[in-house]
Amino acid sequence: MKEAIGMYDSIVIGSGPAGLTAAIYLSRSGLKNMLIDGPEPGGQLTTTTDVENYPGFTTGIMGPQLMEDMQKQAERFGTEFMSSIVEKIDLDSKPFKIHLGKDEIIETKSVILSTGASAKYLHIDGEAESIGRGVSACATCDGFFYKDQEVVVVGGGDTAMEEALFLTKFASKVTIVHRRDELRASTIMQKRAKNNEKISWKFDYTPQRILTDQQGVTGIEIMNNKTKETEVLNVPGVFIAIGHKPNTAFLNNQVQLDENGYVVTKGKSSLTSVEGIFASGDVQDDRYRQAVTAAGSGAVAALDVEDYLMKMEA
Amino acid sequence: MAVKKLDKKNFKKQTSEGVTLAYFWADWCPPCKFQGPVVENLAESIGDKATIGKIDVDANQEVANQFNIRGIPTLILFKDGEVADTMVGLQSEEVLKQKISQYI
Repeated sequence: MKEAIGMYDSIVIGSGPAGLTAAIYLSRSGLKNMLIDGPEPGGQLTTTTDVENYPGFTTGIMGPQLMEDMQKQAERFGTEFMSSIVEKIDLDSKPFKIHLGKDEIIETKSVILSTGASAKYLHIDGEAESIGRGVSACATCDGFFYKDQEVVVVGGGDTAMEEALFLTKFASKVTIVHRRDELRASTIMQKRAKNNEKISWKFDYTPQRILTDQQGVTGIEIMNNKTKETEVLNVPGVFIAIGHKPNTAFLNNQVQLDENGYVVTKGKSSLTSVEGIFASGDVQDDRYRQAVTAAGSGAVAALDVEDYLMKMEA
Repeated sequence: MAVKKLDKKNFKKQTSEGVTLAYFWADWCPPCKFQGPVVENLAESIGDKATIGKIDVDANQEVANQFNIRGIPTLILFKDGEVADTMVGLQSEEVLKQKISQYI
């Protein structure tokens, strides 16, 4: 028998900048709210180093520090924090029910979905079983283990440039493999990467498979898209930086999603297809995906919740 | 119980009996700032049913190499000295509890 452990005005699911900003706003409005942090507490920013484009920090701020500070700010105004993973949410009846693992249910009048997005992998042979054994999506976590060794970064966007640049602190050589012949990265990041002597390039190559032995990764096979010839780069580390996918599987299609799995929101608001369910941050944004836009949309969601609750009680 | 500090000298002895969760971390690892408090809470709530330990990979590279660690946070679950499970990346308290409960 499941036991309801409380009744809330709003439950925030997700602990990145969107969720934490929503929580700050909810608490300051005096609404009883709880934030559930999920499998990647702090979100994508916890795997970054310097955040240089979050306004207000003239010399930049470390991603994890920014998240810790936002959390403290929400706590200060009364947000409760729960370290747990949401198994499913039950939207059939009101109040909504949030299922946490086998024993716990939380009841709430409204929900803010801010579960963000997680790193995508290539889904090629040898990859899945090598995560943590040479395949990584986090250079700041794993770069240290490749001192004076050669590594590969797969991808062509800002994240790939950032990962490659970070890895040059440890690795003797970083090869960026990209499936197109031009980069998606911003001009400033491209310039930094291209000016770095340790970085070399493989444009217009598609990764085919990850090569392994008992110890882990030994290399990656890539194919030249024009000639179709394959070659092997012998490296113990392959960093994947090819983008993100939204964390919406747990919603079980109870809320309208677009063809890529992102939550659909109405116009400039955070309203989803279900009344009382709101979405903010990367889980509903496949376009801007910035810390500051996520934070902004968290504020929007909290204000929408406030409005919704006021009308409900009126 | 508090989190036990593990190092290259005591690692083998500490993991040889019963169930031990060893958390490999470093102070420069961004997600470790979030994994750390989770591991501390876990150590408090699990009591004496299992040993929860943490080991700094910077100061103990030999141990990290021995277990072929290529990324942190990594959490290795030992049962009587044998590796029972390896988890790479941030883990929630709930997941860790579930894994541990399979061996106690």
